[in-house]
This record gives sequence, C-alpha cells and structure tokens, in this order.
Amino acid sequence: MTFTRRLAIGVSLAASLIGTTAMAQDPVRIALVAKSLGNGFFEAAARGAEEAAAELGNTEIIYTGPTDTTAEGQIEVINSLIAQRVDAIAISANDPDALVPALQKAMQRGITVISWDSGVAAEGREMHLAPSSDELIGKTIIKLAADHLPDGGKVAVLSATSTSTNQNTWIAEMNKVMGDYPNIEVVATVYGDDLADKSYREAQGLMQSHPDLDAIIAPTSVGIVAAAQAVADAGMIGKVNVTGLGLPSEMAGAIDSGASQSFAIWNPVDLGYTTAMIAHALATDGATAEPGATIGTGRMGSVTLDDTNSAAMSEPFTYDKSNIEEFKSIF
Amino acid sequence: MSLTDIPTPRHIPDRLSGQGARILRSWELLLFVIAVLIFLANTQASPYFLDPWNLSDATFNFTEKAMVAFAMALLIIAGEIDLSVAGIIALASTAMGWALQFGVGTPGLIFIGLGVGLLCGAFNGVLVTRLGLPSIVVTIGTMSLFRGLSYIVLGDQAFNGYPTDFAWLGRGYVVWVISFELLLFVVLALIYGAVLHFTNFGRHVFTIGNNATAARFSGIRVERVKMILFLLTGLMSGIAAVCLTARLGSTRPSIASAWELEIVTMVVLGGVSILGGSGSILGVVIAALVMGMVTFGLGLLNVPGIVMSIFIGGLLIGVIALPRLFRLLRRGRV
Repeated sequence: MTFTRRLAIGVSLAASLIGTTAMAQDPVRIALVAKSLGNGFFEAAARGAEEAAAELGNTEIIYTGPTDTTAEGQIEVINSLIAQRVDAIAISANDPDALVPALQKAMQRGITVISWDSGVAAEGREMHLAPSSDELIGKTIIKLAADHLPDGGKVAVLSATSTSTNQNTWIAEMNKVMGDYPNIEVVATVYGDDLADKSYREAQGLMQSHPDLDAIIAPTSVGIVAAAQAVADAGMIGKVNVTGLGLPSEMAGAIDSGASQSFAIWNPVDLGYTTAMIAHALATDGATAEPGATIGTGRMGSVTLDDTNSAAMSEPFTYDKSNIEEFKSIF
Repeated sequence: MSLTDIPTPRHIPDRLSGQGARILRSWELLLFVIAVLIFLANTQASPYFLDPWNLSDATFNFTEKAMVAFAMALLIIAGEIDLSVAGIIALASTAMGWALQFGVGTPGLIFIGLGVGLLCGAFNGVLVTRLGLPSIVVTIGTMSLFRGLSYIVLGDQAFNGYPTDFAWLGRGYVVWVISFELLLFVVLALIYGAVLHFTNFGRHVFTIGNNATAARFSGIRVERVKMILFLLTGLMSGIAAVCLTARLGSTRPSIASAWELEIVTMVVLGGVSILGGSGSILGVVIAALVMGMVTFGLGLLNVPGIVMSIFIGGLLIGVIALPRLFRLLRRGRV
C-alpha cells in the first residue's frame, strides 16, 4: 500500500467519523439498564422504550445490562455509560445501595439518573418509577390465589432470592392483608433464586412436604413458569393452582393446561415506554424531579412524584383464559 | 535450620523446560502483544476509550480481583488452589459491616477486614497442611461456609453507612487519575513479583510445585510454605474486601459472587500452569489488563456481557491448548 493511498483512506475514515457526528445532531441518548440481559421482561421494556424514542424523535435508546444479576456487573456497565457521556441512565437495580456511588458519579458528570422497576436508594437517583405500588401488588397476588379458593386452603410462596427487594416488599404487603382471608394459610416461603432449575426443585419440594397444598404464589416471572411446569409434571393440575406474577408469552401454556388459572403483571412494554418518556423529559429539562411534580408520559398519561421522589405507573393487570391469546404474542 | 543455611540450591527454572519451553517462555510476550492489539482496537472502536478519566474508571474492573490473583498465582504455582477467596471477601466485608454498627472507625475496620481474611486463610491452611486434605475439596467447602455465614448474619439486609475516609480506599485518587486502588495494585504487583522471582521463598514455591517430595527431601518445609501461601491468599482477599466494600459503600452477602472463577481465570490466562510449577507475576499483571480492557472496551460498544465471557473463555482455552498443540505439532514433525 502506498503512502498516499494509506493517507487517503485515513482521511476518508476520519471524514466519515466527523460526518456521522455532525449528521446525528446530538440525539438524546437514554441508557436503559436491565438487571441482566436475556430476560423477556427487560426485552419487552426495551421495545417500549424504542416506541417512546420513535414518538419523541431524535432519541437513541441504549439497551444494556450485565450477564448475571450482580451489582458489580451493573457498576461496570454504569462506568462504561458514564464514559460514553450518555444523557440519561434509567436502571433497574440489582442492589439499592451498592450502585449509589457509581450513580452519584454519573449525576456529578451531568447525567440524568432514574431508577425503574427495582429501585435505587434515594441519594443515588433523581426519581424512581415503580411499575405499580407495592401495596397493590401484595393485595393482588393473594387475591389471585384466593379467588380460586372459595372455601379457603393452604398456599405457599415461591420467591426469587432472599435478597430481592421487590419480592420481599410484595410478600410483606401480602402478609398485611392476610387478615382479609381467614381461611387461607401461608404454609411456607421458599426461594428459587430466579433460576429455572432451582425454582422447579423448590416447587417439587413444596408439593412433597405439603401434600394438601392448594396454590403456589410465585411473584417472579422465572419462578411461576418453573412452578407451573413442576405442577404439570407431578400430575397435580386441578389440585395445585400456580399464580403470581409472570409473562403472558411464557405462561400461555400453563393457562391452556390449567396449571395456572390466572396471574398478573403490569405491562413491561408500558413500563419501558414510561421510563423512556420520563428520562427524556428530565434530560432535556422538560421536567424537574421534585416531590409533588407531575411528569407527562405520552399515551400513559402522567405520573406524580411522592415525598421520596417515587412514582407508580399503574395497577397490575390480571391475565387468564379470556385474554391470554391476545397478550401472549405481545410480551 | 534457617533458610540461609541451605547449601547452594540447584537451579530450578521458573518455567518447565522441555519441548514447549520456548513458547511457554514467551507467553508473557504473546499476551503483551494481545494486550496492545486490544488497546489499539479499543481506540479505533470507540472515541471515548482514550480518555484518562475513562481509563481510570476502567481500572476498577480488575484491580481488586488482581490483588487476590497475585497470591492465588503463588498458591497455584505451589500446586494448591483456593476457591474460597470470594467467600472470604463476603465474610470479611460482613465482619466490617457488623463492626461498623458498634461505631468502629476506619483503622479498626481495615484491621478487622484483614484479620478475618487471615483467619479464613489460616482455616484453609490448617485443613490442607495439617490434615493433608486436597485444597480443591477443602476450599469448595469453605467457599460455601464463609459465604453462608454472611447470609446467616445479613439475610436480605445490607450494612451501609461506611465513613467517608473509609470510602476513600475504594473511590479516592492519590494523584490526578491514579486511584488508591490502582496504586495499591502496582505496589502489590512489585512486591509479589520480587518475592516470587528474587527470594529463596519464591524458589521454594516453584520447587514445591515441580516436585513436593523432592522439595521435602531438599530440606524445604513444604507444609510451612503452603501455610504461608494460604495465609497470604486470605490476607489479599481481606485487602480486596476492604477495597470493594469501600467502593460499593455497602455490604450484602452476595458481594463479589463468582469472583473465584474470574480470579483463577486471570491467573491461568497469565500463563501460570494450573498443574503448578511455573508462571510469573508479570503474566498475571498483563492478564489483568487484558481482562479489564476487554470488559471496558466491549462495554463502551454496549456489547452484551455474555460476549465478553465468550471472549475470555476462548482466550483461556487458547492459553491451555496452544502450548500443548505446539508440542504435538513439533513431535509430529520429528
């Protein structure tokens, strides 16, 4: 290769780099950080965020996250996002405390930081968007089980990890309203660590140690699928009803077979959409995160921040035989 | 008999001699070339890579793991392994968080972190050297034991509220972009390099890894050397626990989960023979840089983490397979 040709290639490469930067006119870059990649829930949320970006125009969504659900992995992701000088980071946190220093550094460097789905401690973000309120979710998961147990019965909880903020709060809220269901007894709470095989074994264990079990409540999208499979494999369909929080696409089979009568979930597409709308508004100074502030969220209406700068999107929605066909192809 | 009384020792090379010796000896060079190539690729792939602050942020990806990897390298060269290092980090961090509840200040917290690390290392060391148990089995057990204790203490809770001067250990900068952790990494690398390659103790480590029986007959106190190595590994895990806890500002029992595999990967990628007997600290340092740069560079491109794991896994298999492949090829030619 001659020197001149090498020079020409170098110049054209540099020109093309400058060209793309100039053409893009500084789009608003919003990073949507998942707890881990390869999870249907977060993939659906990313689609919602893309929908919001298309609606807003000149907005780029960077969907990313660590391989495992660890705080250390998310910190590495946050560091690389700070280095890229994104405009906003919206994160579903694996640990509410450990991410605070990294997110504070992001805010110091002028990046808008919000948490969504699973929150970060107040000093590590400008605001938090909860998919629903913990109270409503706690009430919903026990009601789902109780609706199919008119004469009462025994239920067990199959949760994610013992350190999952979300699940622990929901179970606590559920326990608060247990007085409304005097005939229903929660006989055990076990942890499947959001791993399919461990959740499956824990569900099997529940059926073996409690032969008269009537329902398994799994407030996690991994656990509910594994539990439904365990119930089907054990030939307990009709005896043990699996319910809780799950994704329609993953639960369609269980609804069809009858292993699950009904389950609930907020719409992750809506959640990603709302998150992106809020992040865009805050990053472009279209809104300020402060107690009492109301932020418009496009087709989802608006959210209002409480004293801790947290906002709830909507109530969870119940899916059963009547609407599963419609939703299973969506997320 | 003190160490200096040993008659002039027979020369034992840092590398196994043999047909693959030349390739093995140049492993650090090959790894260095890989590191330079990755560095150049990163500068081309992302306009954000060549920024002093960004590069400084990126060093946090590997400094704590590399500190443990130095001690692990010595242990593996001596033919043993410690898979409980991440468990030790969790337990040491938990102990510091627990002490914090009683108002213990920064010097006390550091003392407790290092002390718990040493105690855990001593526990592993006693089981391996006194009871003669295989270290891989012992430390698989203590891996769960140490982390299990953290789970018992903490459950789904977290310790936080560490003082500001403690946080400096994990987030502070000494000069400009040189963080305290980075400086500590460099100092420890020099110390471990000197100990392994320029002291009698280092010779003994290589000798034990090559042939423990011969080492014993040469008058080397094999059990004592191994005990010291387990203590060092525990101590380094304690130091890593202090840095990581300070950086995160909180302790949860899941802290540093699965780090033992990344640390062993770093050591083996650095050219330390998993069978013992050969390796160098320089190799481990370059391996740490390679792993850190791959993680950060791919992160800048928003490449999913699983691709990074695949890349590191591929490198690791290459490390183990290449020398053997060369040896087989050469034998085929002869």
